[in-house]
Amino acid sequence: MPFIPHTENDIREMLATIGVDQIDALFDEIPSELRCGELDAIPPGMPEMEVSRLMQKRARTDGQPLCFIGAGAYDHHIPAAVWELTTRGEFYTAYTPYQAEASQGTLQLLYEYQSMMTALTGMDVSNASLYDGASALAEAVLMAVRGNRKSKSKRILMPRSLHPSYRRVVHTIVRNQQIELVEIGYDSDIGSIDRTELEHYSGEDFAALVIPQPNFFGVLEAVDELTDWAHENGMLAIAVVNPTTMAILKPAGEWGGLGADICCGEGQPLGAPVASGGPYFGFLCSTDKLVRQMPGRIIGKTVDLDGKTGYALTLQAREQHIRRSKATSNICTNQGLMVTAATIHMTLMGGEGLQRVAAVSHANTSKLTQALTSLPGVETVFKGAVFHEQVLRLPIEVTKALRALAAHNVLGGFDLSDDYPELGDAVLVCATELRNEDDIENYRGKLERVIQSQVQTPCQLKPDW
Amino acid sequence: MIYEHSRAGRRAMAQAPSEKVELAGIPDAMLRTSLPPLPEVSEMQAVRHFTRLSQKNFSIDTQFYPLGSCTMKYNPRACNTLASLPGMLSRHPLAPETHSQGFMACLYELQDILKTVTGMHAVSLTPAAGAQGEFAGVAMIRAYHDARGDKERSEILVPDAAHGTNPASAVMCGYKAREIPTGSDGDIDIEALKSALGPQTAGIMLTNPSTVGVFERRIKEIADLVHAAGGLLYYDGANLNAILGKVRPGDMGFDVIHMNLHKTFSTPHGGGGPGAGPVGVSKRLEPYLPIPMVDFDGNDYRWLTERDRPDSIGRLSAFAGNAGVLIRAYIYARLLGREGMHRVSEYSTLNANYLLKRLMEAGFDAAYPERRASHEFILTLKKQAKELGVNTMDFAKRLLDYGVHAPTTYFPLLVPECLLVEPTETEAKEDLDRFVEIMQTIKQEAESQPEMVKQAPHTMPVRRLDDVRAARELDLAWKPGD
Repeated sequence: MPFIPHTENDIREMLATIGVDQIDALFDEIPSELRCGELDAIPPGMPEMEVSRLMQKRARTDGQPLCFIGAGAYDHHIPAAVWELTTRGEFYTAYTPYQAEASQGTLQLLYEYQSMMTALTGMDVSNASLYDGASALAEAVLMAVRGNRKSKSKRILMPRSLHPSYRRVVHTIVRNQQIELVEIGYDSDIGSIDRTELEHYSGEDFAALVIPQPNFFGVLEAVDELTDWAHENGMLAIAVVNPTTMAILKPAGEWGGLGADICCGEGQPLGAPVASGGPYFGFLCSTDKLVRQMPGRIIGKTVDLDGKTGYALTLQAREQHIRRSKATSNICTNQGLMVTAATIHMTLMGGEGLQRVAAVSHANTSKLTQALTSLPGVETVFKGAVFHEQVLRLPIEVTKALRALAAHNVLGGFDLSDDYPELGDAVLVCATELRNEDDIENYRGKLERVIQSQVQTPCQLKPDW
Repeated sequence: MIYEHSRAGRRAMAQAPSEKVELAGIPDAMLRTSLPPLPEVSEMQAVRHFTRLSQKNFSIDTQFYPLGSCTMKYNPRACNTLASLPGMLSRHPLAPETHSQGFMACLYELQDILKTVTGMHAVSLTPAAGAQGEFAGVAMIRAYHDARGDKERSEILVPDAAHGTNPASAVMCGYKAREIPTGSDGDIDIEALKSALGPQTAGIMLTNPSTVGVFERRIKEIADLVHAAGGLLYYDGANLNAILGKVRPGDMGFDVIHMNLHKTFSTPHGGGGPGAGPVGVSKRLEPYLPIPMVDFDGNDYRWLTERDRPDSIGRLSAFAGNAGVLIRAYIYARLLGREGMHRVSEYSTLNANYLLKRLMEAGFDAAYPERRASHEFILTLKKQAKELGVNTMDFAKRLLDYGVHAPTTYFPLLVPECLLVEPTETEAKEDLDRFVEIMQTIKQEAESQPEMVKQAPHTMPVRRLDDVRAARELDLAWKPGD
């Protein structure tokens, strides 16, 4: 029996000890009319060899196209040691460190993670992870509503330049608590938050302003001014950042005069493969002042009976297993293993390594932009400075262009026409440090031919070259 | 501490781009002025440090880990290896469907497998963990009542023994959580339930077998009562391992359930996660399922999104939840197959009942001695606490010295001095026998040298920690100079 060690003899002895004659008798408290029959719709079991064949085939089916999509998930180099270590059984098959003495490995690692995240973001404290960047923002919003002492408002200013999925997720998670998300548009010339529109809300009561850095278009926001504006208006400033950028850009804790109050985001660029969207992890950092409003696990350093340093879950009175209906969140299981990978990743990259990754990604996106805008009719949409993504407008229908490119094994970017129809045939492209000049030339050449063929024969989706 | 190995200018040179490029086009005022203070260590220093840290952990791969309610069973290595094939890891979440058919086929089939084992009408895989599944489930209950214009319902009922996530999830959906007492036989107090039900009842959240480790025998009656009051029934799937292939939540009358794939479907717990908490629903809740989901027309798999499901409660994560965990669960389900599903509940229940019987013979008290154990059971050590002054926490800590992870302690709260023990189906008889011997030994130690037991553990990397100091003198991050 797969993964069940019992021999016939074991079973006999165990049943005799219990005092029943067959295993099924152990289910005698379940009313017989509720018992289910065979699960015929589920296929029979397969040995590992056959499941392996099946999965190899499935993985091959999806191919490994050349990918220029970012839009919230970024393909970076991950040192081999990261997952070699992370999948050690002692990390991989442990659980939440409730028994601190037998979990010092995980606990110390999480404390080191918290240390690195605060180092990177410039914030005072970090929790031990949430599910992903989008749900971390939802928790940040709830935290701001609870934690803003100057305002009783349940309204949040949320820019349209923020990732559309993040806006949807926040809406799903906070809507039943009567929290109102008020959208601010973006400047159609620069691509960052529309400051004129923002000024309309000056003096109004909001719990927080959400500030993405960079925003969904890859454009850098004027974070100092926005943070100060939020504080002048009695709002908390919630930073949503790509952690890679924190190596080169001003950290959220230093934005404006006082720094952001909460900093959250998607941890995936720190050691998690893009892998169909998960598991990743959400990070959440804040000022000291807000630490008791934080959701999720937090690890503290302390001492044992002999005065020796040790690590333990702390401030547990915020959490559901203690405070139940009055907890700061319902979160229990978090993304511990992904944080393990991120901690090892940050250690191996170091500050200098992350800066190089960020700088090369920035440079490669510039090269990609140059290469693609050299094609007639392809142009950048926004004038604002970008990190490692750029919005380009195509001279042909963007959806068809991307489909044609995909047919030739190039994923040409994220199609913006659904979420931002006002931008026309716009695509969001990304080139990390992993896309080299050959890759960029490959994309440019194929886009050139797609444009030519679409201009000549607009209906043809798969040109035969 | 990794920072202790750090020296300015040292780094794992092979890992970052070798060229140092200038940042062009970003205004100086936006730039960071100093190097982020991350550790500066060599690759070998990092490998040694994290390997050593790992060795300070208990884990399923190294120890018996009978942590009740968490289903710490063996996590087959094939699930990790095959979910980590290059095509799986490199697939971008926004890759077009044309380049996602292999991945989507796995998800679609997993949806079907989960529908079958739970008896539900439809399944969405997207919740990232049990608590997010609970949130989704209660949000669907709310969406259902709202769509009917039934907006006065304000309460979710939860047993007093429920997981803390249940009341916390209800509150996140804007409900009040109202507790229902558990009867002395471990079943819910039906009279108390009747008096709590009313036009304000939105639903009830139950675990079955319950958190006290017994099957709620009057579940059909409870379902009828709640439905008659206009409420819906939520099934917390934490204990699904106990009933896989034996009885299905859908057949018990539940309207919505979540499953913990990191428990029942053996995906790793990873030191705290990631998990996956798919939700299943009856027909009337189908329109509200969270998105995305996978559909199949006989030829191609495609995503179901806002467009297809306008009444959905919406998205819970930026992409499709913890995809890699779902793939691991799918692989596990294919390895087990239909016949393996029954075995999970059969052998986890056999192990639990055997272990309980042996412990009772050894002089330990079951919290519900008249009841059949499910896949887990509760011991109460109140006798030992009273007579010997050695409490449950002391037993738990002493177990660590014998190389066994402690069972869940002091949960559920209604049973004094309790240990919630879940051996799972993957433990061999001799490991259960060894656990009984260790418990007997600790009992003898508690009699002969109670102070030693109260000081346990003695062989771990640290002794008992000062939790009060951890909370009072908060030290949550290393700072330069520490």
